[in-house]
Amino acid sequence: MIPFPKFLTPKRLLLALLILLVLAVPLFVTSRYIYHLLIMACIWSMAATSMNLLMGYTGQVNLAHGAFFGIGAYTTGLLMLKFGVNFWLALPAACVVAAFFGFLMGLPSLRTRGSYFAIGTLCFGVIVTVIIDRWDSLTEGQRGLLGIPGPAPIPLPFGAQITFDTMASTYYLILVMLIITVFITHRIVRSLVGRTFRAVRGDEELAGSIGINPFRTKLISFVASTFFAGLAGGLYTSYIGFLSPEISDFHVTFEILIYCMIGGIGTLAGPIIGAIILPVISETLHALAAYRLVAYGVLLTVFIIFIPTGIVGGCKIIWQRLTGSRLTMENR
Amino acid sequence: MAEADGIKIDNGEQIGMLFETKGLTKHFGGLVAVNDLSFHIEQEEIVSIIGPNGAGKTTVYNLITGLYPVTGGRVSFMNEEVTGLKTFDIARKGISRTFQSTTVFSQDTVFDNVVIGYRLRTRSGIFGAIFGGPLSRAEERESLSKAEEILDFLELSPLRNQIAANIPQEAQKRLSIGIALAAEPKLLLLDEPTGGVNLEEIQNFIGIIKRIRGSGVTVCLIEHKMRMVMDISDRVIVLSHGSKISEGSPGTVSQDEKVIEAYLGPGYAA
Repeated sequence: MIPFPKFLTPKRLLLALLILLVLAVPLFVTSRYIYHLLIMACIWSMAATSMNLLMGYTGQVNLAHGAFFGIGAYTTGLLMLKFGVNFWLALPAACVVAAFFGFLMGLPSLRTRGSYFAIGTLCFGVIVTVIIDRWDSLTEGQRGLLGIPGPAPIPLPFGAQITFDTMASTYYLILVMLIITVFITHRIVRSLVGRTFRAVRGDEELAGSIGINPFRTKLISFVASTFFAGLAGGLYTSYIGFLSPEISDFHVTFEILIYCMIGGIGTLAGPIIGAIILPVISETLHALAAYRLVAYGVLLTVFIIFIPTGIVGGCKIIWQRLTGSRLTMENR
Repeated sequence: MAEADGIKIDNGEQIGMLFETKGLTKHFGGLVAVNDLSFHIEQEEIVSIIGPNGAGKTTVYNLITGLYPVTGGRVSFMNEEVTGLKTFDIARKGISRTFQSTTVFSQDTVFDNVVIGYRLRTRSGIFGAIFGGPLSRAEERESLSKAEEILDFLELSPLRNQIAANIPQEAQKRLSIGIALAAEPKLLLLDEPTGGVNLEEIQNFIGIIKRIRGSGVTVCLIEHKMRMVMDISDRVIVLSHGSKISEGSPGTVSQDEKVIEAYLGPGYAA
């Protein structure tokens, strides 16, 4: 073998290549439609990554994830539209508000386990949507929030500035946010904190017996997860410029859930792959017209039955068969 | 078993005593699972708790480790009352345990299983993880080297990259001990460490338990295999129907008529 610098593992090279590729997109994409698909894929990737942190690594299925996306979206929208707050303040505020509600909701709900937790969170999600829908004086209810401005330009020295008025610049903004989200998630799951998450996912009783506080661990994971859900929601708002209560409801949750499941939960790449591939499949199935949702449903069912670990999990199994080597913590 | 709480100072409260229960009692509805149980464990002892099925042995562990709330009585560890503490606080005080049904993190590798056992000796949190602080990195290295040490100690190193669910039952038993040991306990509670392990391998377990004691860890074990109990115990406590019916050296206990009766039924006691 050729001696290789240690930090240049094949995996890192592949990752660098991939990042270069996504950064180079504006060189060969001009269609607004393609940009739209790419930007939405980034936003949903971010939402799915945040859900995966709790579901995939800590083993808690939060069926209110869409509600936290909605809380982030509405926080950004309301702050910008009604209070004239700058996007760059409204966005972190959205993250903090979503995380704060995550904390409040985690306190009671994380004391339950498994399906009880899922049902409890589902109910919370419904409540959030109803509140957004009915609180007309604040949220404009069904009329929705219209005309939310995009991100303000970032001033640079010497009068220059970074503006976000083209599709390419918006794409870059959201892509960078996605990369940051994935990087932070990576740091968390590879650390002792991530190991603690996985211990709680594996066996709460055993985790307790070695000094891990399962409730506290789940709460930390929950708050981090909702923080990034808020971020995804805030970015969605600034890109789309319009909000209605549906953006917080359980359809959003299940959409994100499916991205995670199909892509592969408990892996970093899985939720992103899911969030890119599934909308494409869904679009492709338009040709089937009325049968589209039936076909989509059948496809998902077949997938979950035969490859329960998702695309990434399936690839890992194939890789193991081919090479006989197991992917462990060190080379995952 | 009539000693009331705090009336007299018994042998337990001498120098070297590590752990003690007084009048420990647990009722499940109308069932008395553990009845007024008082016993102690001294520093670097190996104590076995034996008794017929349903005698309440595992319940005693679950009471000590805070998995069940006690109905009555006290538990103290290193001269400190620990009754009713949460499971994870008990572990942090220095009491680790294994479970009767072999319990490991079945989806993780053998190595990762042991690494997490050391978590309670580390302090780094989520921000340290995100920003890669020096404490975080130092503690991670510490956890990894601790795990290496324990895998060597338990001869699990060849299996380190296997998923825990895929290794043999006997190795899983050793792994569960490894997880508990990584927490650096002062007292290790083993619940049937040789359940489902064949006779040749038991000798290996006896060696492991003796080496654990040799490293300064006090061991208490629940065990059914009499040969093993006789071989390694300094002291044996016999439970029947939740009460202590005998206590003493392995030799004494095995001659005790009440013990023979509890195991074989009345009429066998010679």
